[in-house]
Amino acid sequence: MAIFYILLIFMIIAAIIAVETQDLLSSVICIGAIGFGASLMFLFLRAPDIAITQIVVEVLGLIILIRATISRDLTFIGGDREFFGTVVSVVIIGVIFLAGLKVLQTKSYEEIQETRQMHPHAVALPDFGTPIYSITPEAASQEYVKKGLEKTGAANLVASVILDFRAYDTLGEATVLFTSIIGATVILRIRSRKRLEELDV
Amino acid sequence: MKGMTVIVKTIASWVKVLIFIFGIYIILFGHLTPGGGFAGGVILASSYVLLMLAFGRRFVGENLPFAAASKLDCLGAFLFAMIATLGLAFGGSFFVNFLYQKYLPGEPLELISAGTIPLSNIAIGLKVGASLFVVIFALSVFCKDFKCREPGTESESGTSAGQKE
Repeated sequence: MAIFYILLIFMIIAAIIAVETQDLLSSVICIGAIGFGASLMFLFLRAPDIAITQIVVEVLGLIILIRATISRDLTFIGGDREFFGTVVSVVIIGVIFLAGLKVLQTKSYEEIQETRQMHPHAVALPDFGTPIYSITPEAASQEYVKKGLEKTGAANLVASVILDFRAYDTLGEATVLFTSIIGATVILRIRSRKRLEELDV
Repeated sequence: MKGMTVIVKTIASWVKVLIFIFGIYIILFGHLTPGGGFAGGVILASSYVLLMLAFGRRFVGENLPFAAASKLDCLGAFLFAMIATLGLAFGGSFFVNFLYQKYLPGEPLELISAGTIPLSNIAIGLKVGASLFVVIFALSVFCKDFKCREPGTESESGTSAGQKE
C-alpha cells in the first residue's frame, strides 16, 4: 500500500509544479511525470492493459505538447496573481476536497460485510486497490470473471469485457473519437484555408 | 520542418519498423495478452510521429497522404459498425459474438479464437491509429501556417508599401 501513497504524493507534487512554474517546458514535463506516475500506479494495481494505453497516450500527448511549446517563442509566463481569484479558488478547492473525503470514504471488505448484515442495502466504496467486486457474490463482474472465457473464448478478460459484454461502450468511445477528429480537422482546415487566402490576396 | 540530423534519421529508419511491428502484434494478440486495439493503434500512430519528427512533414505526407489516412479512419469505424451489424444479422442481436457462438469456436489461447473480438480489435486499431495520425498531421500543418503568418503579413505590408511607392 505504501507504494500507492508514494506515487500519489509524487503525482500531486508534479501537478502543483506544473501549475505553479513559469517555464512552459517544465510545466509540460511535469504533466508527463503525472501521466507516468498514473501508468505505474495502474501497473501496481495489476491492470496492464490500462497501463499500456496510459503510457502510450502519454508519450504521444507529450510529443504534441512539447512541439507546440518549442515552436512558440513564448516559453515563460509572467504576471502577478489577483488576490481575490486566488482566495476564491483555494476556498473552492478546499470545499471540493472535504466533500470528496466525505463522499469517497472507503471501508475494508470485512467492515462492508458487517454493515451489510445490519443494513442489507448499504453501499460503501472498498479500499483503494482492493478488487472487492470480484468477491462480492451479487456483483456483475462476478459473472464476467467466472464465465468470460467460456462465453467469449478470449483469454484476455479485459478484451472480452470491452469488445463483447460491454461493446456498446467501445462503440460510443469510437464515435466520440471519430466526431472529435472530424471537428478538429474541419476547424484547423478552415483556419489554414483562410490564411492561405490572405496570403494569396 | 526539414527533419533532424543524419544520426536521428538513420536510427529512426531502423526503429520505425520495430515500433510498427510491435503495434501490429499488440493489436493482433489483443485477445490473448494485455493490449488491444486502442493501445496498438496509438503505437502505430506514434511510429509515424517518429517519422514526422525525424524526416519532416513532407516525407510523411508522401508516404501516407492526408486523404488516405482519413479514408483509413473511416474504414476502421465502418468495419467496427459492420461487425456489430453482422452480429445483428447472423446472431440475432447487436454486437453478439456470432463467430464464436456458431461458426468458428476455436481453441482458447490460440491466435484464431474468440470470434469477432480480434476483428473488432483490428478495426479499432485501424481507426485509432489513422485518426491520431490525422490529428497530428493537421496540427503540424496548422503550426506551419501559424509560423508563416508573421512573415506573410510583413511581406503583405511590404508589397503594399512598394505599391504605394
